[in-house]
Amino acid sequence: MTTSNRGFNPNEVRQAKGVGSRIYIQFMRMLKKNPNMIIGLVILILFTTLTIFAEFLVKYDPTAIEPIDRFMPPGAKHWFGADVVGRDVYARVIYGGRVSLLVGFMVATFVTVAGLFIGLVSGYTPKLDIVIQRIMDAIMSFPTLLLALALIAMLGGSVWNVIAVITIVDTPRMVRIVRSAVLSVREQQYIDAARGIGAPVSRILFNHIAPNTMAPVIVQATYFFAAAILTEASLSFLGLGIPPEDPSWGNILSLGRKYLQQAFWIAFFPGLVLTINVLAMNLVGDGLRDALDPKLSRSV
Amino acid sequence: MGKYIARRTLLVIPVLFIVSIITFSIMQLAPGDPAAIVLGGDYIMYATAEEIEEIRENMGINRPPIEQYLSWLGGFFVGELGKSLFTTESVSLLVSQKIEATISTVLSGITIAIVLGVPMGILAGWKMNTWIDRSVMVFAVLGFAIPGFWLAFNLIFVFSLKLGWFPVFGFRSLMTDGPIEFLRYITLPGITLGVAFMALIARMTRSSLVEVLSEDYIRTARAKGLSERVVLIRHALRAASMPVVTVIGLVFAAAVTGTVITETVFAIPGMGRMFVKAVGDRDFPVIQGLMMIFATSYVFVNLLVDILYAYLDPRVRYS
Repeated sequence: MTTSNRGFNPNEVRQAKGVGSRIYIQFMRMLKKNPNMIIGLVILILFTTLTIFAEFLVKYDPTAIEPIDRFMPPGAKHWFGADVVGRDVYARVIYGGRVSLLVGFMVATFVTVAGLFIGLVSGYTPKLDIVIQRIMDAIMSFPTLLLALALIAMLGGSVWNVIAVITIVDTPRMVRIVRSAVLSVREQQYIDAARGIGAPVSRILFNHIAPNTMAPVIVQATYFFAAAILTEASLSFLGLGIPPEDPSWGNILSLGRKYLQQAFWIAFFPGLVLTINVLAMNLVGDGLRDALDPKLSRSV
Repeated sequence: MGKYIARRTLLVIPVLFIVSIITFSIMQLAPGDPAAIVLGGDYIMYATAEEIEEIRENMGINRPPIEQYLSWLGGFFVGELGKSLFTTESVSLLVSQKIEATISTVLSGITIAIVLGVPMGILAGWKMNTWIDRSVMVFAVLGFAIPGFWLAFNLIFVFSLKLGWFPVFGFRSLMTDGPIEFLRYITLPGITLGVAFMALIARMTRSSLVEVLSEDYIRTARAKGLSERVVLIRHALRAASMPVVTVIGLVFAAAVTGTVITETVFAIPGMGRMFVKAVGDRDFPVIQGLMMIFATSYVFVNLLVDILYAYLDPRVRYS
């Protein structure tokens, strides 16, 4: 026995103090407290892997037409059935996940970056704040889907236009969260201290204030991820989002709605996969919120 | 209180001003000539310069943008929102024909959400950490993730196509067709629209009730021997109703988004479907008119919610 009678090995403690393992330990503790979050993470990781490596894991081409299989119900040949021209619905749903997840990921990233920047500036400079907040209020006065549709009418539907449009619509909501975090941090003594020793505004903003807004921002980013996927699906469902050439969950559903009576599976499966993914993201978001932002978890 | 209302109401003006600028800019920034939209893609090549000029003159788009903006905004104040590019009917007339269907859909959705969501939240909060609580919360998480159009398909498939209880789509007016027909047609759209808000309201009610139930005065009320019913109704629910009021404002905005989808799926002739059609046709005066109506009503609903909130909780007025 080499361990001391103090019950722990001092070397282990020293190792555990490294930043990498500290995050790892925190992360594991968070998962342990939130079994739901594990479920969400597993679903997301499985699904992302499936979409990324779809070429190797899915045996059908999502655009291959097989008229003989037209309206074939779900079974051994086509797991999710076949659509109106005999395309494999399972392949279309998996490939469609690429577009949907790309939209969700890009929107969450852009909204976070834009929201952080505008929110930090707005929260820290009262003069700009008044103007910026009124603009944000105005954008938020439009129901999200309506503004997104109007902007699509202006720009036209494509994957990147859909990403841009949802980013514009969602950014004010992130700005509001960052700003309120900034307002509560701004009056802290260490900010006064930093100002006192002559730190430039950019350093105060990005080195001292920004890190303290991270918890709510990370939590909200996961919700924006999920919400963006739903908005994309709504736009494509209305026939005004992703053009029908690229399968996305929304436009597969949109096509399936005409054949609900003969072939419910065309609309059922993309919706089911969409719901499961949004649910998984929300579970991860709830888990992160409970772990990082205990104040929020009490209010919602 | 009066001072708070005045201050809060004044804030509406700059917001609506920016709303109108955003709405107006969308048409100005759209690529392509609106005259070409009216003529339809290919015809513009055959139309003479005079014909195009005449159309532009009729539409008033040959004037400078500032002048166009002012006359458009002026029209908004007297209820004149421009004319559709295609049918040349006035937008206000079109809206007046569609508004009943939209209000019916939104109200039935919100009614279902409140009538079922609030009791679910109360039950879950009261019986915290029991199986009742857990099943309500599972429902709340699920209801939030299900996209409206997919829920609608499942409802139509089961209740209309398989069981035949409700019609697949359409709308009947409460005034002209009577309450029974109205309810038969509005039930599935109402559920479609209401489920997400039901989930949200149940969650909010639960969490605020849980918080209130841990307060000292609730313990006092119980200690002095009041029945559980009185404690719950007289003391807890009153305090717990605050966040629910705020949620109604949120729900209103979300309901407008939801009604776009719901009206499209169920072929309800309302403003949401009108908006989708206008976007498809690039009928910008209709898009602008509807955006202004939706945004303005959202701003005023929020104003009302804020005032109501300040009335219920005096602390808000002084912050």
